[in-house]
Amino acid sequence: MHGLHQLCSGLPRCGYNGLSCEIIVSGIINNFIKAMKEIRLMKGNEAVAEAAIRAGADAYFGYPITPQSEVIEYLMAENPEERTGMVVLQAESEIAAINMVYGAAGCGKRAMTTSSSPGMSLKMEGISYLAGAELPCLLVNVVRGGPGLGTIQPSQSDYFQAVKGGGHGDYRMIVLAPATVQESVDFVKKGFDLAFKYRTPVMILSDGIIGQMMEKVELFEQMPRMTEAPEWATVGKKPGKPAVVVTSLQLQAEEQEKVNLRLQAKYREIEQTEVMYETYQCEDAEYLFAAFGSAARITRKAMELARAKGIKVGLIRPITLFPFPYQAVNELAGKVKGILTVEMNAGQMVEDIRLGACGKTKVEHFGRFGGMIPNPDEILAALEQKIIGG
Amino acid sequence: MAENIICAENLVYKKSEVLTDRVMHYCPGCGHGTAHRLLAEVIEEMGIQEQTIGVAPVGCAVLAYYYFNVDMSEAAHGRAPAVATGIKRVFPEKYVFTYQGDGDLAAIGTAETIHACNRGENILIVFINNGIYGMTGGQMAPTTLPGMKSSTSPRGRDVQSMGNPLKMTELVAHLPGTYYVTRQAVHTPANARKAKRALKKALEYQKLNKGTCLVEIVSNCSSGWKMTPVQANQWMEENMFPFYPLGDIKVPE
Ligand SMILES: Cc1ncc(C[n+]2csc(CCOP(=O)(O)OP(=O)(O)O)c2C)c(N)n1
Ligand code: SF4
Repeated sequence: MHGLHQLCSGLPRCGYNGLSCEIIVSGIINNFIKAMKEIRLMKGNEAVAEAAIRAGADAYFGYPITPQSEVIEYLMAENPEERTGMVVLQAESEIAAINMVYGAAGCGKRAMTTSSSPGMSLKMEGISYLAGAELPCLLVNVVRGGPGLGTIQPSQSDYFQAVKGGGHGDYRMIVLAPATVQESVDFVKKGFDLAFKYRTPVMILSDGIIGQMMEKVELFEQMPRMTEAPEWATVGKKPGKPAVVVTSLQLQAEEQEKVNLRLQAKYREIEQTEVMYETYQCEDAEYLFAAFGSAARITRKAMELARAKGIKVGLIRPITLFPFPYQAVNELAGKVKGILTVEMNAGQMVEDIRLGACGKTKVEHFGRFGGMIPNPDEILAALEQKIIGG
Repeated sequence: MAENIICAENLVYKKSEVLTDRVMHYCPGCGHGTAHRLLAEVIEEMGIQEQTIGVAPVGCAVLAYYYFNVDMSEAAHGRAPAVATGIKRVFPEKYVFTYQGDGDLAAIGTAETIHACNRGENILIVFINNGIYGMTGGQMAPTTLPGMKSSTSPRGRDVQSMGNPLKMTELVAHLPGTYYVTRQAVHTPANARKAKRALKKALEYQKLNKGTCLVEIVSNCSSGWKMTPVQANQWMEENMFPFYPLGDIKVPE
């Protein structure tokens, strides 16, 4: 994986992209794939919607909220019921939407919902139930600034909510942080795959920038909808077999502890297997930026400015926020003189970077928040002030 | 002698195949058990055990899936109609029901109930109205009668400060999405027979795809009401039925 990232990072397009690597590897495959792939200029939210249809999703339930309403608008306009048989329903609230997802997911279907920060808060009880009942589903949070009604401008201030829990109980969900519209598309497919592999909710933690901007995307081909229901799904009792129950309830503490132990074992396996991150210009780096999603893209520009001034700075971009690339951070921390996290929040991922760095080097945070987007100049200034000069 | 009596031709009643052998946790005399039995019998008689998916509430019936021998999903408090919507939308050909108490359906789940009914989801909602929160120990419910005592209305429900009881069944009957709405009871054999007929109609209507069917069952909660089962049934007849009159509220034309 790491080598693949190294390869990709040399490409003009920012971001992890399995396909780009294939193209480098083989020109013949390249031409073949190109013939099949469809390239479009798409808005992030619409691309997610199109990817959902193509990923063979069975059901989407959502409620409008800026800056992600284009997802449901696109789906309604596209009428996937006719294209693939996918169900799309506008629910009466985010609470209803997530519980509809719970119902459909319990039937073994690929179910998803999307929202933005205040709406995601409403879904938290439902997400905890999904995690507890071990149901797969895909969630997309196109984050906007908070707290409260906040602003409709982009933000990364739901990192804690997504990565550390949000809902009640000891659960985790896999969190994928795209930095491009392309990744948003690819993560819809990957997200469903991971959700079913581990029977767990998976969240794409995007933001208003990625949701709203238009970029070139390569759409994967239409995948068939699943035809076979997993054995844990409520599909109607099978003769001679016990009825299937989807529940997160275990009144006996001993039993509930067993459920928790099973969940924890699953989370450890995810930590072992599913970590994704990208490094950029870390080979000679004396300093390191750490940033995810859109903030990482802006930080790349700051790196150019820094390197033009002779400051050797690299970047680590965690792609999975859970599982977090602690190991990679730890190794890099041993090689640099300091790490600056750049986030569109008041300092959330910085806590995980500190955990990863484990005291090996100094870790500071630079952020703009409440819907403000940092610019490369101020990121560079923060590096000089907080890390190099500090 | 006794073994001669136990033979097929003497069999007048048996436990439904759609009920498991698990001992129910409901208090003695509680209507939940009877309502379960009736619904199970209907599912058995219709031969739809393998096509039925149920949704259990949060409330005393939270463990309904221990007793119904059909595939079931346990919903968050109040969200059963949304969960059932998710199920029915991906499996339109299955029979889907929710089984909910009054706190679940008419307080925390008001929006989900009204909107599922308003969309005309082709599901059956079985609504157990016992005028109280049974599971959490007898607190006031949206259906608690004026003046009725509960652990959170110890001096009786004061409608001025605590609001009025909510007739959710009448409310959803007004919605164009509902097809069949009725209020029943299960505390006497005669009522149980009527309630069973209502449940059967409701599930049969589900085949027609004409909209939501809601069967309310006015029931007792002897523990929450702090009465013996016999007193509770009597109190129910004298106080609950005048406020929540039994009978059909909306029938198909
Ligand atoms: C979100 C949430 N709030 C509160 C509760 C606690 N709770 C469990 S059951 C219940 C009331 C159930 O009463 P009702 O729906 O009338 O059913 P009954 O027990 O009377 O059958 C409450 C408040 C909960 N489980 N979840
Ligand atoms: S508390 Fe009330 S509703 Fe619950 S089982 Fe006992 S009698 Fe029935």
